[in-house]
Amino acid sequence: MLCRVAESLFWMSRYLERAENQARFIEVTSNIALGYRGSELDLWSSLLHAGGDVETFKETYSAPTQENVIRYLLFDPKNLNSVVSCLTGARENARSIRENLTTPMWEAVNRFYLRVRRAAAESNRAIRQPHGVLEQIKHSAHQVLGVTQATWSRGEAWHFSSLGYHLERADKTSRILDVKYFILLPDPTHVGSPVDVVQWAALLESTSALQMYRRESGRIEPARVVDFLMLNTRFPRSMRFCVRDAENSIRAISGTPMHSFNNSAEQLVAQLNAKLNYARATDVIGNGLHQFVDNFQSQLNGIGAAVAESFFQVNMITRRGMQSQSQSTFNR
Amino acid sequence: MTQSAGNFDELLTSAGTPRHPALSDGLASLSAEMLAERQRHAEEELLEKGITFAVYGHNDGNEKVWPFDVVPRPIAWDEWQIIESGLKQRIRALNLFLDDVYGDGKIMKDGVVPEELVKTAKTYRPECHGFRPPGGVWTHVVGTDLVRNHDGTMYVLEDNLRCPSGVSYVLENREIMKRVLPEVFYGSIIASIEDYPERLLETLLKTAPPHISSPTAVVLTPGICNSAYFEHSFLAQQMGVELVHGSDLFVDDENMVWMKTTRGPQRVDVIYRRIDDDFIDPEVFRADSMLGVKGLMRAYRSGNVTLANAPGTGVADDKAVYQYVPDIIRYYLSEDAILQNVPTYLCFVKSDFDYVLAHLHELVVKPTNESGGYGIMMGPQASKKEREDCADAIRKDPRNYIAQPMLTLSTVPTVINQTLAPRHVDLRPFILYGDDVWVLPGGLTRVALKEGSMIVNSSQGGGSKDTWVLLKN
Repeated sequence: MLCRVAESLFWMSRYLERAENQARFIEVTSNIALGYRGSELDLWSSLLHAGGDVETFKETYSAPTQENVIRYLLFDPKNLNSVVSCLTGARENARSIRENLTTPMWEAVNRFYLRVRRAAAESNRAIRQPHGVLEQIKHSAHQVLGVTQATWSRGEAWHFSSLGYHLERADKTSRILDVKYFILLPDPTHVGSPVDVVQWAALLESTSALQMYRRESGRIEPARVVDFLMLNTRFPRSMRFCVRDAENSIRAISGTPMHSFNNSAEQLVAQLNAKLNYARATDVIGNGLHQFVDNFQSQLNGIGAAVAESFFQVNMITRRGMQSQSQSTFNR
Repeated sequence: MTQSAGNFDELLTSAGTPRHPALSDGLASLSAEMLAERQRHAEEELLEKGITFAVYGHNDGNEKVWPFDVVPRPIAWDEWQIIESGLKQRIRALNLFLDDVYGDGKIMKDGVVPEELVKTAKTYRPECHGFRPPGGVWTHVVGTDLVRNHDGTMYVLEDNLRCPSGVSYVLENREIMKRVLPEVFYGSIIASIEDYPERLLETLLKTAPPHISSPTAVVLTPGICNSAYFEHSFLAQQMGVELVHGSDLFVDDENMVWMKTTRGPQRVDVIYRRIDDDFIDPEVFRADSMLGVKGLMRAYRSGNVTLANAPGTGVADDKAVYQYVPDIIRYYLSEDAILQNVPTYLCFVKSDFDYVLAHLHELVVKPTNESGGYGIMMGPQASKKEREDCADAIRKDPRNYIAQPMLTLSTVPTVINQTLAPRHVDLRPFILYGDDVWVLPGGLTRVALKEGSMIVNSSQGGGSKDTWVLLKN
């Protein structure tokens, strides 16, 4: 697979995942806002913190009101992480490698983009009543995932896309956990005291995890919520699940067997995976969840950079000797 | 809908009766309202499917949805047989001509085509002299422009032997038609075109360097901003080959071409390049080109890679060389040309020069080495100033200009503002040359959407139609 194509697949997938997460975070926050007794500004600025967007937000907007934050996160083209920007990026990437996607996949991405564009053209209405457009965004994202699942061969292209999805998803789950946990339980000694079930349920809902959590763990307890979102091996948005899947994809691409590595991407992703495999939620909370998540995110960034170096910006001259020895079909 | 006098309509005779009885059942049963309704469906589909072309200088991401009209353009079977054999004849002769021009130059020595005319063509590439591409195939993919004049005669307007565009729209137009007008496809009387990608792939693989046992082909695009990017991507997808940019390829010091993959370099044997000669190799042609691949011509001349189409083919679609095509056919094939040329005045010939300058107001003047409709002066519609500028340009460089009488292109009914109105069309059939010449039945029908206009280019307000070669008359 061409390096350029691999890179575009990776970023197309990251942008699509980012857009869906953005919509879900907004939806959950607007649900909480109904009947919320605390400060509107605190509530919505927590969402900006989760995305790491506080500074750029301040450049254009005065206060983090519901209207301002929704506009910024959904429709502001200056915000590179807004849903409009994500879809523009996803579609541009998809368009530049369209021949590598199946036709239903391309059409699903294109429709997704067109829907967001139409919503952006009537942004005032969408911001007053965001429910409709947020539903559309989620449905469109699921449609892309569905046709991808149903029509695409599990080859190298699939794995670069899957890698993009899972690194992005791991990042988003960790961010929302970090921010919400900090607001809900600023002092770790409070573990065990009565909790605001509505708020904790909202945190689970932000990552589509509420139903699955209930089935596995029943009542809402902060340590169990942390365990579920961070370390669960079956739930597809948990940090551990995503990192494990990312490792599987990287190994499928390079063909390197488990427990060994040939490049820094494999090394870093396996290290992070091992760390999660041998972690316990109560230890993480006791030692400081924020610190843990912070480290987790910088390790994810390191993996992203290593993936680029190992697969997207390959030095062809040094690789050529290796190639003609290992693959005789390239020889004349 | 009424017929205006002096027009040839492809669907209706001058008496207003259907020209193709086999079509009447399906198509004629649809009212104008129903067609307009289907037209809306078609446009929605094109948008959702992202079938677009880029317009330079157009906002909104430079992309516009491909303009399509639901009323098809039919061609009777008997007439198609003539067109097809005429195109095959023409392409065979032009390939022999290219082989000769870049080889021994017999046709020039024999005085059939003036040597000076060939060598002064801006598209003549001395760099290609002495090299014969695999199989002697120069023009793997051709899109010849045909027009029908109001008297019913079909003419060859241009031979496009370099990187002709449009075939992806032919295929997509047909897919859209099947969805929005399924009733006319029942009991199909229409020649199928769906095998084009397979044929193209076969053409590319058959013309690979002969010593390669299972060759790798790619499509080379200038990139996402090119007006035909959709087509490049579409063809790569349909053939299942990589779409590459110049920066995805490199040529090593042994003159081999490689693409940069996630597993290291991989050899490339055939390049269907959609980049003009000027830009394919900064080492040989334009040094400022960012689109091409440094060293590609070295690899080509070493016989390590096939370029489709071959560099240098433009000399045979030069608009002055065009005048000699009937002679070229006679010289190589000892046959008379089956398809007619439009009468053409060569401005470097003294008598033609005088005639053209005296009749500018009734002629179409074209620069000889441009394509895509650029630089054309339409005498009857031009202002006095435009005609004078044109005359000056001709005087300065007569070799660079030809003139032709103004043709009145035939029309096809077209959905305009919810109703049907006649609009002028041309036809671009596509021809592949691998181990033999093959013609895609039909081709791209382009339609000028403005009333009375003859300009069919999509960049200038042209649309397109599905083209139906009817299997029974």
